[in-house]
Amino acid sequence: MAIQFLVHEPGDSVGVVVVEGIKAGQELSGWVMDGDKTVTIKVQNDIPIGHKVAMKNLAVGDTVIKYGVDIGKVVAEIKAGEHLHVHNVKTKRW
Amino acid sequence: MKATKFMGYRRENGRVGVRNHVLILPLDDLSNAACEAVANNIKGTMAIPHPYGRLQFGEDLDLYFRTLIGAGANPNVAAVVVIGIEPVWTDRIVEGIAKTGKPVAGFAIEKNGDLNTICAASRKAKEYVQWASEIARTSCDVKDLWVSCKCGESDTTSGLASNPTVGNAFDKLYANGNTLVFGETTEVTGGEHLLAARCRTPEIRAKFQFMFDRYAAMVEAHKVDDLCDSQPTKGNIEGGLTTIEEKALGNIQKIGKKCVIDGVLDKAESPTGPGLWFMDSSSAAAEMLTLCAAAGMVVHFFPTGQGNIIGNPIIPVIKLGANPRTVRTMSEHIDVDVSGILRREMNLDQAGDALLDMMLRTVNGRLTANEALGHREFVITRLYESA
Repeated sequence: MAIQFLVHEPGDSVGVVVVEGIKAGQELSGWVMDGDKTVTIKVQNDIPIGHKVAMKNLAVGDTVIKYGVDIGKVVAEIKAGEHLHVHNVKTKRW
Repeated sequence: MKATKFMGYRRENGRVGVRNHVLILPLDDLSNAACEAVANNIKGTMAIPHPYGRLQFGEDLDLYFRTLIGAGANPNVAAVVVIGIEPVWTDRIVEGIAKTGKPVAGFAIEKNGDLNTICAASRKAKEYVQWASEIARTSCDVKDLWVSCKCGESDTTSGLASNPTVGNAFDKLYANGNTLVFGETTEVTGGEHLLAARCRTPEIRAKFQFMFDRYAAMVEAHKVDDLCDSQPTKGNIEGGLTTIEEKALGNIQKIGKKCVIDGVLDKAESPTGPGLWFMDSSSAAAEMLTLCAAAGMVVHFFPTGQGNIIGNPIIPVIKLGANPRTVRTMSEHIDVDVSGILRREMNLDQAGDALLDMMLRTVNGRLTANEALGHREFVITRLYESA
C-alpha cells in the first residue's frame, strides 16, 4: 500500500510527510518503521513534503518525541493531525 | 564488501589515494593571484585560493598550518607547489608536506615580485604535472581507504533515509577494517548522550565530552538567541526540521548501528589507526570537508535533503539524497538517489550497497557530480581574529 508519511518509532509524537501536495482534510496512511506497522491520520493543515504532522494532542510545555528521543518543547497547543514545526515547537537547548 | 581491491595511487608514505592532483597551494591571501596564474599556465594543476594566512597566532595558527600541510600531504595529491609572500612560513608548509616523501617546492614573492615567482613556480609545476601524469593506478586494498561523512542542507528525509544509508555503509566499512571519520560538533546537540554511550572506553568518552563541551561553551559565549537563524539553517527549517535536537538525531544516523567510536580527534588531526573517529569540527559543509581533507580522508559521503551542492578540491564528494523533490529538481548534484526508501521500494541494506558501489566506481576514477561541476570549496576554519 502506498504511504504518505513515516514514523520512526512507536510512541513518537510526530510523523513525517514524504509526498508532495498534502492538503488539509486528507486521510493519510503511514508506516511506523521500527515495528513495521501501518497507521492512519487525518491532517488538519496543508503540510509540505518533509514536514511533520502531530500524531497526538500536545499541550504547551509537553515534550515532543521523535526517534524515541526528546526533540524539543511545545510552545503553542497542537492538535493531532496539525502541522508541527517552528511556530509551535522550540529547542530546549541554547 | 563485494570488492576487496580497487585501482588507486600508492604514495611514497604507503597511504593510498584515489586522485592524482598537482596542487598550487598559497601560503596566504596575498599569494592567491600567483597561484592562480601558475594553475592557468600549467594545465592539469589546481590552485586552491583561500583568504587567510597573515598575523594568525597561537592555537589558530597551529590549526592553520595543520590544515594547509594536511591538504598538501593528502594521498589524493601527487605533488605540491607552495607560493607565499615570504620564505619562512612558506618553508614551514613545504617541510611539513615533504615528510610524506612526495615532491614539494616552495617559492617566495618578496625580492622577486609576482612575475618572476610565477615563471619559476610554473616551470616546477610543469615538471611535477608531467611526472604525475605517468603515475599509473595500481591494485590497492579497499580497506586502506579513509572515508569521511558529513551531511548538509538536511531535512527530515536525511534522518529517515539518506543518513541511515551512510550508516549502513559505515557499518560495512567498519567491519571491513576501514578508517572512518565523522564530526559536526554542534550538530550532535540533543544526541550527545547517544554518542557518549558509543565510545569504546571511558577515556575516549571523556575526550568526546571535552570536545562537545568546548564547542558548546563557544556557542554559549557568542549566542544572542537560540540560534534559530543559524542552527538549524533556513534550509533545514524549509525542509521540515524544527530544532537542533531533531537535526542532531538525524545527523547521528550516519554512524550506523554497529560502529563503535574508537577515537576522538581535534580539528584537522589524522587518525592513527583503523576504526571510527569523531573529529571536533564545524557543521558548515565547506569547513568540515576541508578539515577532512587535511586529516587525510580520500573519499567522502555527503547525504543531503534540500540539496547542498558542496565540493572539495582534494576529496571526491559522493552526494546522496532521498527527498524526491530534490533529486528531481537538482539531479545534476546527486550521485546516488535513495528516495526509493521513502516509498518502501528499497531497504537500507540495498541503499548502503548502492552507496558502496558508487564509492568503488568513484575511487576507481569516476568523477563525482561535484568534480564534474567544478565545486572546489576550500574553507579554512578559524578559531579567532588575527593579531
